[in-house]
Amino acid sequence: MIYFDNSATTQAAPAVLETYTKVSQKIWGNPSSLHSFGENAFHLLEQSRQQIATLIGAKPNEIFFTSGGTEGDNWVVKGTAMEKRTFGKHLITTAVEHPAIHNSMEQLKELGFDVTYLPVDAEGRISAADLKAAIRPDTILVSTMAVNNEIGTIQPLLEVADVLKAYPKIHFHVDAVQGIGKGIQDLIMNDRVDFVTFSGHKFHAPRGIGFIYARQGRKLAPLMTGGGQESNWRSGTENLPAIAGMAKALRLLLTDEDQKVARERAIKQRIYDHIKTFPKVTIFSQPTAGFAPHILCFTINGVRGETIVHAFEDQGVYISTTSACSSKKHLASSTLMAMHVQENVATSAVRISLDENNTLAEADEFIKIFDKLYHKFSKINADA
Amino acid sequence: MQYTEIMVRYGELSTKGKNRRNFIDSLGRNVRKALHDFPELKVHANRDRMHIMLNGEDSAKVMDRLKLVFGIQNFSPSIRVDQDMDAVYKTAVEMVRAQYQPGMTFKINTRRSDHKFEYDTNEINDMLGGQILDHVDGIKVQMKHPDIVLRVEVRLNGIFLSSETIQGAGGLPVGTAGKGMLMLSGGIDSPVAGYLGMKRGVNMEMVHFFSPPYTSEQALAKAKQLASTLASYSGSVKFIQIPFTEIQEEIKEKVPEGYLMTVQRRLMMRLMDAITRKRNGKAIFNGESLGQVASQTMDSMIAINDVTTLPVLRPVISMDKTEIIKVAEDINTYDLSIMPFEDCCTIFAPPAPKTHPKLDRARAYEERIDVDGLMQRAMDGITITEIKPGENYMNAQEDVFAELL
Repeated sequence: MIYFDNSATTQAAPAVLETYTKVSQKIWGNPSSLHSFGENAFHLLEQSRQQIATLIGAKPNEIFFTSGGTEGDNWVVKGTAMEKRTFGKHLITTAVEHPAIHNSMEQLKELGFDVTYLPVDAEGRISAADLKAAIRPDTILVSTMAVNNEIGTIQPLLEVADVLKAYPKIHFHVDAVQGIGKGIQDLIMNDRVDFVTFSGHKFHAPRGIGFIYARQGRKLAPLMTGGGQESNWRSGTENLPAIAGMAKALRLLLTDEDQKVARERAIKQRIYDHIKTFPKVTIFSQPTAGFAPHILCFTINGVRGETIVHAFEDQGVYISTTSACSSKKHLASSTLMAMHVQENVATSAVRISLDENNTLAEADEFIKIFDKLYHKFSKINADA
Repeated sequence: MQYTEIMVRYGELSTKGKNRRNFIDSLGRNVRKALHDFPELKVHANRDRMHIMLNGEDSAKVMDRLKLVFGIQNFSPSIRVDQDMDAVYKTAVEMVRAQYQPGMTFKINTRRSDHKFEYDTNEINDMLGGQILDHVDGIKVQMKHPDIVLRVEVRLNGIFLSSETIQGAGGLPVGTAGKGMLMLSGGIDSPVAGYLGMKRGVNMEMVHFFSPPYTSEQALAKAKQLASTLASYSGSVKFIQIPFTEIQEEIKEKVPEGYLMTVQRRLMMRLMDAITRKRNGKAIFNGESLGQVASQTMDSMIAINDVTTLPVLRPVISMDKTEIIKVAEDINTYDLSIMPFEDCCTIFAPPAPKTHPKLDRARAYEERIDVDGLMQRAMDGITITEIKPGENYMNAQEDVFAELL
C-alpha cells in the first residue's frame, strides 16, 4: 500500500497515540478543577502549550487550542469581523482558499460585510500589487493560505507582510494547515503576521485538535463562549489527550525538518520528471521553491479525476482528486478554476501529497503503476 | 559574532570610596554564581571594570544572565584581536556591517592603555574610520548621537572591539547591604518588595506563613515558585516556612472579629522579629502599600509594628497598585501572583476588619492568647529550604510530562 494522500489526513503516529492513551488513562482530570488531579492536568496543558509555542517561535500566551483547521479559520475570520466591525466591514482573501475560509467569508457577506477575492496567476499565486490595490480604509482582515491545499503553491507571505506593514490595524491571517513542517516556518511566522491556523491531523496528531497563533495584543471575539477556558478566548473543556499528543506530534514533525523536506522534494521531483514526459499529462505543481515539497497536482487529459483515483486504488495507491473536501461533490478544483484552467481539465485533476514517511522506492513503484495505467487509458480513450 | 569577552561597567559602586573593594568582590562572587554552569568562563573583577573571558561559551546566554545581576550599570560584548591594525580593520568592518542599516551613522571611540602601541588614539580613530567608510556603503560619520559607537581599547594583551552597550539591572550587588527577611505571601506586592530590596544589595531570605489545611499545598508551591523567580537576581535564596495554623485558630477563637487581623499580624511580626534575630538579619521587609487594605493604614502599622524594634522596611509603601503591577510584570512574578489560591492572609479574614485599630486594645486582646507557647511551637516547626532559579514547584511532574511530550 502506498499512501500519497497526506494533505487529506495523516496517520496518527504510534508515539503520539501512546501519549494520547497515557494522558487519557492517567491525567484525565479537568484542568479547571481546583484539586491536585485537576492541577496536574492544568500543568500538562500549560507545558504542552509552552512546547508548541517554543517550536513555532511564539509565546505561550499566543497559543489557543481549537478543534482543528476549520474552527481556526472560522474563528479568525468571524472573530475579526465581530471584534472590528465598528472599524470597518471589508475583508480581503484569495480566490484559492480552503472552503473553511471561503464559506466563512460568504456567510459574512450575507451579514453585510464586503469581501474582495484576490485573483491568482497561472501558478495559483496572488500578487502584492493586487493586494495593495484592494486595501481600503475600512479593511479589517487580510487572510491568505501559506500553501495551497490543491496544487501546493506557496503564497508570497513576506511580500504580503511588507504591504501590510503600512496598515498596522489590519489583521493579517495565514492559514498554515498545509504549510507546517514544510520548511517555510520563517515565511509563516513572519514579523507582521497576527493570526495563524494549524491543524493537528495534518501532522500525525489525532483528529479534532488544532491551534491558532494570535499575536500578543491582537484581539478576536470568541466564537465559543462558556466556561472561560483558554483565557476566555475559547471555552470548552480542553481536549487534553489530543493537545498533549499534538504537542508531541509537532515536536516530532519539526525534528530534522530540513532532511524530511529534502526527501519529500526528491520524491516529488522523481515523479514529476517521469510524468512530464507524457504528452497527455498536464502538471500544475512545479518542483520549484515556489511550491511546497509535498504536493503534486496533475491530470491525464480526458480522464476524469475520479477514474484516475480509483484506477490507482485498484493498484494499492491512495491519491485524491484535488481536495478531500470537494472530492465527493464531483466539483472541479476551485484553485484550478481560479487559475483559469478549463473546466474539463480542472475536473480531471488529481493530487499526490507526501509526508516524511514516504520513500523513493514508493515513487518508483508509483511510476511503474502510472505507466501501466496511462497505457490503459490511452486504449479506452482515443483522445488520451 | 563570535565574541571573546564581555566587559562589565560597574553601577553606583564606582562612587563608594573605601567600601569599593568589598562591593567589587561581592559583585564578582554574584556574577560567578550566576554563571556557574559555564565552566570555561573566567571572571576578572578589576578595580574599574569586570572582564568576563568567554573562552568559547555562548555570549547570548551569558548576557541574558548578566542582565539580572544587580550592581552592573551596563556591559559590552567585545572581540579581542592581536595588536595588528589589519586584524582590527577586518573585525571592525564585520561588526559595523552586522549592525548597519541604511541611513545609520557611526563614530569610533578609542582608548589606549598600552602607550607603547605604535599609533595614538587620534590616529587609530582616523585610520579605522576611513576603513569603515570605504567598506560599508552609505554609512556616515557623526560625532553627536551616532547610531553605532565602535569602541576600541588598546591593551597590553590585545585590542578589544565592541559596538554594543547593553543596560544592566543597576542597583547594588546583592549581599552588600546585609541580610533581610521578606514576608512573602504569594500576592503581587511582596515579591516586588523583595525584588526592590535585593536591588539595593539586600541578601533576602523569604519567609512564608502557611496554614494547612486552610491553605493548600498549591499556595505553598506558589510561594516557592515566586522565591525561585526572585532567586534569579541572587543565584539562590533561603525559603523559610513557618506553620501558622494553630495561631490562627487560637486567635479566631479568642479575639473579637474586628481585631482578628490586627492581632494575627502582630503575631506574624513577632515571629518575623524572632527569626530575623536568630538568623542575624538586620531588617524585616514586606509589601505594604499605604492605605491599600485595612492592615496597611498608619494606625494599623502603629498597632502591628509595636511588637518589634527592628526596622520594618516597605519598599512599595508609596507605589500605586498599577505601578506595583508594572514592576511585577517586568520581573515575571505577576502571572504567578494572580493564580487563585487562598493564602493565610485571606482565610479567616473578617468581613470588616478595623482600619483604625487602637494600640491598647490590640495589646489587650493579644493577652488573651498564649503568645509565648504559640510562638515557641511555630518556631519549632520552621523548615528552611534552599531555592534556586529555574526550579519548578508548581508543576512537580514537569519531567514526567516532558517524556509524554
